Formats: sequence, structure tokens, C-alpha cells
Amino acid sequence: MIDRRYYKGSSDGKRPLTRDPLAQVKSRYDVIVIGSGLAGLTAANVLAKLGRRIALLEQHYNLGGMATWFKRKGGHVFDVSLHGFPVGMIKTCRRHWNRTISERIVRLDGIRFDNPQFSFETEFTRADFSNKLVEVFGIERARVDQFFAHLAGMNFYDDPGATVGDLFEQHFPGRGDVHRLLLEPIAYANGSNMKDPAIAFGIVFSNFMSQGVYTFSGGTDLLVREMRAELERNGVEIFSDAAVESIAVERGRVRGVQVLGRFLEAGAVVSNANLKHTVLSMVGERHFDRDFVAGVQAVRLNNSSCQVYMGLARGQTLAGNTDLLFTSTREAFDADSLCDFRGQSRTFSFYYPKTRPESGRYAVVCSTNAHFADWANLDASAYLREKARLCEEALAGLERYAPGIRSKLEHVEASTPRTFAFYTQHWQGASFGTKFEGLRYSLELSSQIEGLYHAGSVGIIMSGWLGAANYGVITANKVDAWMAAQLSPSLVPKA
Amino acid sequence: MTNDEIVLAIKDIIASIAPDEDLSGLVLDVKLREQIELDSMDFLDIVMELRKRYGVQVPEADYPNLATLQGCVDYLAPKLASKQLATSKMA
Ligand SMILES: Cc1cc2nc3c(=O)[nH]c(=O)nc-3n(C[C@H](O)[C@H](O)[C@H](O)COP(=O)(O)OP(=O)(O)OC[C@H]3O[C@@H](n4cnc5c(N)ncnc54)[C@H](O)[C@@H]3O)c2cc1C
Repeated sequence: MIDRRYYKGSSDGKRPLTRDPLAQVKSRYDVIVIGSGLAGLTAANVLAKLGRRIALLEQHYNLGGMATWFKRKGGHVFDVSLHGFPVGMIKTCRRHWNRTISERIVRLDGIRFDNPQFSFETEFTRADFSNKLVEVFGIERARVDQFFAHLAGMNFYDDPGATVGDLFEQHFPGRGDVHRLLLEPIAYANGSNMKDPAIAFGIVFSNFMSQGVYTFSGGTDLLVREMRAELERNGVEIFSDAAVESIAVERGRVRGVQVLGRFLEAGAVVSNANLKHTVLSMVGERHFDRDFVAGVQAVRLNNSSCQVYMGLARGQTLAGNTDLLFTSTREAFDADSLCDFRGQSRTFSFYYPKTRPESGRYAVVCSTNAHFADWANLDASAYLREKARLCEEALAGLERYAPGIRSKLEHVEASTPRTFAFYTQHWQGASFGTKFEGLRYSLELSSQIEGLYHAGSVGIIMSGWLGAANYGVITANKVDAWMAAQLSPSLVPKA
Repeated sequence: MTNDEIVLAIKDIIASIAPDEDLSGLVLDVKLREQIELDSMDFLDIVMELRKRYGVQVPEADYPNLATLQGCVDYLAPKLASKQLATSKMA
């Protein structure tokens, strides 16, 4: 048995398991889902509701993956990835989870940009972005409409050669300020840059920057608690502290998984771990065609993140109503610079008591994109020093919007790409899965190995809370269709 | 199932997927997407419900056949001929 477990409340230690996390496990399931990120959770729930017997295995003690939170002394609770998601999450949750969850999704009403090129509040809707482009940026309305029409007409099968940069130059040539408005929020949401395919931007922009930004009232902890309860009602057997070591494959077909030194048999396996980790390490190259392996090896991981969590002391408050602030002191926009080790751009998420009314507390989370490589090789003292610098820069940045904030704070703490790698086992702490080219391999997994599927952040478009949850639904449908065909092959139409 | 029952079956599935939509005025030969708000995830849900309720498989390549109610009838009639209508209200 693997003898490690996370210290609750620590970012650098794991402690031995004191009980067998798999004491109740059965020897066979219809489907084993590896990982409880939003894609894994949703796939498990959909499949259970379709009548499949499911085991969900999660290596961490909490469910949720990146959709997570943590508590600190003094009553502080911090959300890691609850900064905002698209309205579509309401429908996905109502349909594939329940109304208790979907009815807690509410719209944020204080979203701001502030940088040397522009500064304003936005509703984060297509109408408002159109107006801003006309009124603030002085673009002709017809051009703006053309841009949106182009996005709406984009087809997944369009020329994959066109990049985000091409798209911007076509519609708003030389307008770095416009490019900043259009790309910055998406770069934070999924690591996109100017060199990524225009289609990925088009799909995400149309979903995300069109009808406002939404959040889950009650916090990530409540969301995950409600999801766990729903999974249990639907008969999913949940095992946390259960790190899957490998996926067993025989003669081109999945057989089950090896977890904590035990073999569990499964008709199908859905991996919510990163695509590359799944293919290259959990299954192993020898089970795939050479071209497929080469392709997966070439898939680029997305960037990682840094965050600084700032908790206000009890009784201290924040003025204003900004929920989400995109800020930068950089004169001109450069998407790659968002990942700079000493970056000048950051987002602040402000959490008021409305998020968790019973706690009555205020908190601020500062997020930046980051490269794992910048952090990977720091020795212990340099790592601490750089984390302290990160905190200091976040505080200085926040001070500009919330003067006197330092004296109100009781807890300040940073996370880095190493933290994300540690808690999710994602290679290089990838925050948003892979670049666009990963999607193909994720979708084609079952054509390489029968019964093996992937559901998790991949290909830029299938990431974020909504992208991951929806990908869980898409994969669940494929798994269920395949299993139905196994039982009564006569039902399979000639595809 | 008769053709009329197939329309009922599809409308019942759509009602469960898009509970806020008024389906009373849906016409047969106009794309569903043009009459009510349905996106590609909703079509996936329709496919999943068809499999769950009636054991009918619709491969991805055939999704375009479900674009209109008439298309659904034409495509599903042979597959549903021997099935009984099962609506969520009856269940
Ligand atoms: C700092 C940050 C901020 C973000 N902010 C937002 C936001 O505001 N809005 C938004 O929509 N999105 C946001 N995102 C992105 C979003 O959180 C993710 O895209 C989404 O949660 C990913 O879900 P997932 O299902 O792909 O996988 P993950 O959440 O990555 O989960 C994968 C799970 O698999 C588990 N696992 C891995 N290997 C194994 C194994 N061998 N055995 C067992 N379990 C295993 C991991 O422990 C993990 O729980 C943010 C991400 C980060 C990092």
C-alpha cells in the first residue's frame, strides 16, 4: 500500500495512511472513474444516473480537483478556482446534477478592467463589449458587428492555421488595446495566447464573454458537498486517498486499474487525470500505436498558476462592490507576459459575506498565470523567498485599490505551480490541461484502447468549470453508448 | 410507436431538458434550434435520453437527422416501431 496522505493544511507534506481507503471496495465495476475534478465528478454522476455501477477514485482527500478550497486558522476559507464561469453552468448543473446546485449559481455584478490602456466596469456581455468597443475604443459599430458575426459563424472544421493573432489583426489591426480587452480574460481563464487557434478563442469567447460572469453562492466547499451527496444518492461508490497507479490493458482492451496495490476490474475506465499522464504513464506507451504516442508526446501542456490568498480579520470589511478585477501596470498588452515570473498583470477576486453568509468574512485572492519551469528548481530557501515576494507584490497591487488593506489582513499565503502539481498530480502543475492539439488524442483514446476514455481539461475549449463539466457529459455519453452496444450488439447502428 | 407518438416522445424529452421552453407551438419542419434555445449539449442530452428510455442508439454522424421534429420522425420511426411511448409524466 502506498503510504502517503496529505497533511491537512500543508502544502509540502503527505502523511501515512492510517486506514485502508479501499476497505469497502468491490472487485468489479461497470466503470471506474479516475479523478474527481468537475469532469470526473460529472461523468460519474451521468453514468450512475444511466444505471451504471461506478467507482470514483480520487488521490486527494477532498473531491473537486482544481475546484477546491481550503481553510485556515481564524475562520478563513479560500476558494482556489471560484472566480467566475459562464452562464451555461446553470443548465449543465440543473440537468446533470440537481436544482439545489443550479439554483445557487448567481451572476457577478462588479467586473472591472484597469490597466494603462483602459479602465472601466463591464457587464461582461456581448452587448456591453460591443458598446465599449464603439464608445471607449472608437471602433465603427459595423466592424464590431462583423467581428461578432465572424465568431458566431466559426466552424470547428475551419482552417486550423488561423491564429488568435490573425483573427485580431483581421478585424482590429494594430489595436493592441482591443486585443487586450478581448484576450486578457480568456488568457487568465485557460492560458490562451495569440498563437493559439482562432477557433478555440472563438468558442470560448462566445461562451464566456457573452452573457455575464457567474459564481456559486455558498462557496466551492458547499458545491462539492452537494455533488458528493448527489453522487451517493445515485449509487456512486466514492474512494478518496486512492491514487491510481496504472490502468490495466490486455489485448487492446481496458481491464481495470491498479490502485493502492490492488487490482480492480472495470468494463470501462474514464480518466480525469491529465491526458499525457494518462497515456504516457498510467497506461504506458507500449499499448498505443507509435504515431499516437508521438502525437501525445508532442501535445503541449497549458501553463500553471500562482495565487495569493488574503484573509481579512474578523470585523474588517472591504468597501466597494468589485468582484473581479483584471489589472495590469504594463503599458502594452502581451499575452505571454501574463506568465512572467515577475509579472505586472494580475486578477483580484473579492469575496464578500454574500459568498458565505454564515461566515461573514471578506477575502481577496490574487491570481496570475505562471510557468512551472520558473519555480521547479528553486531550493527551499529561494522558494520561500520567492513566495514571500509574490505575496508582497500582490499586496502592493491591492493597496492601489484598497488603501490600508495590509492592516486589515490576518492571513496571507501563496501557492505556486509546485502547489498545483502537488495537489492534482498534473504534470508541471498544468492549470488548464493541454493546448488545442490535445483534444484529438483525448477524443480518440477509445479507438486505441477499447473501453478507455478521457474526461478532463484538454484542448483549451474543454477547460474551466463549464468546459470540464460538459466534457464529463460528452464522455459519459460515449461510454454509455459503447456499453449499451456491448450488451446488445444488434443495437449498434453502422456508424 | 406511431409517428404522432414519436413527436410526443421527443417533445417529452425536450421538456425535461429545457423545462422553461414553451413547446406547444413547435412545428414539424423548421429546425428545432430556430424555434427554441437548444445547443449542441442539449442535442447530446436528447441522444442520451433516447438511449435510456428506448434503447435507441444514435451515432454522432447521424445527429443532423434530429435537427427538425420531422427529421426525428423519419429517422427514428424504424428504430421505434416496436417500442412503447414512455413519457416522464407517465412514469
Ligand atoms: C488557479 C486556478 C484558477 C481557476 N479559476 C477558474 C475560474 O474562475 N473559473 C473556471 O471556470 N475555471 C477556473 N479554473 C480552471 C478550472 O478549475 C479547471 O479547468 C477545472 O476545474 C478542471 O477540472 P478537470 O475535471 O479537468 O480536472 P481537475 O480539477 O484537474 O481534476 C483532476 C483530478 O484527478 C485527480 N487525479 C489525478 N491523477 C490521479 C490518480 N492517478 N489517481 C486518482 N486521482 C487522480 C486529481 O487529484 C484531481 O482531483 C482555474 C484553475 C486554476 C488552477
